[in-house]
Amino acid sequence: MTLPIWPIIGGILIGSSAVLLMWLIGRTAGISSIVWNAISTPNSDRIWQVLFVFGLAIGAFLFHELSGRPFPQINNDPKLAIAAGLLVGFGVRLGSGCTSGHGVCGIGRLAPRSLVATSVFMVVAILTVKIVRNTMGA
Amino acid sequence: MKALTGLCAGILFGIGLAASGMTDTAKVIGFLDITGHWDPDLIWVMGSAVLVTLVGYRIVFKRSKPVFAESFSIPSKITIDTRLILGAGLFGLGWGLYGYCPGPAIAALVYQSPTTLLFVLTMLFGMWLSGWVSGQFK
Repeated sequence: MTLPIWPIIGGILIGSSAVLLMWLIGRTAGISSIVWNAISTPNSDRIWQVLFVFGLAIGAFLFHELSGRPFPQINNDPKLAIAAGLLVGFGVRLGSGCTSGHGVCGIGRLAPRSLVATSVFMVVAILTVKIVRNTMGA
Repeated sequence: MKALTGLCAGILFGIGLAASGMTDTAKVIGFLDITGHWDPDLIWVMGSAVLVTLVGYRIVFKRSKPVFAESFSIPSKITIDTRLILGAGLFGLGWGLYGYCPGPAIAALVYQSPTTLLFVLTMLFGMWLSGWVSGQFK
């Protein structure tokens, strides 16, 4: 078995970003919270969060530019994107976090809420894929 | 310094997302499809990211405060409630349907797909709606 090098490098960078943010400014790298604060918080705490969000896109651009790897083909179904976007947005705010906040940062702190949330969204996402695959016969 | 930290952490996170394969919807769905044609690569992303935060946070929390802030802001909630479970469930459903969680969706805006933009916009609307609905039940 060969180790998947890019996922490992990617994961280390994601974890390092979270540690850097905690070490320097004492904040959790929970993207759903950062995104929501970036557009809704009317105070000075907003600036770093806005820049973080822009940084995500800049980082992705830099990666493809420097590595020469092509942009991936992404799911092009607009109806599915609307339904999923709504569910993801509604869910992450209700559940106070997503893959980054609960999955990476929360588990890093061994927070029980995050362990529960991560188990729930992983299991539901796996079941969703299974059901979609079965009903579409693909 | 807070702003600069936000930008750098965002860029690092964005490189990580693009490098890892998390911005590739088909790759994510393949990872979630554990009972079908499972592509386990992305388990390494979460695995290595969590390993870095588990170790890194431990070192960082030995400090009395962050470098550029007065205190660590750690989520204080500890109760595992319906909101957490329901929110994580709805998020998992959306993630499994389309293949994006919030961070990768925002990073993927650089791929300039209108479908991704649609996902991000409805996600933001979903976040707003979640707050509005929660407000109605207070």
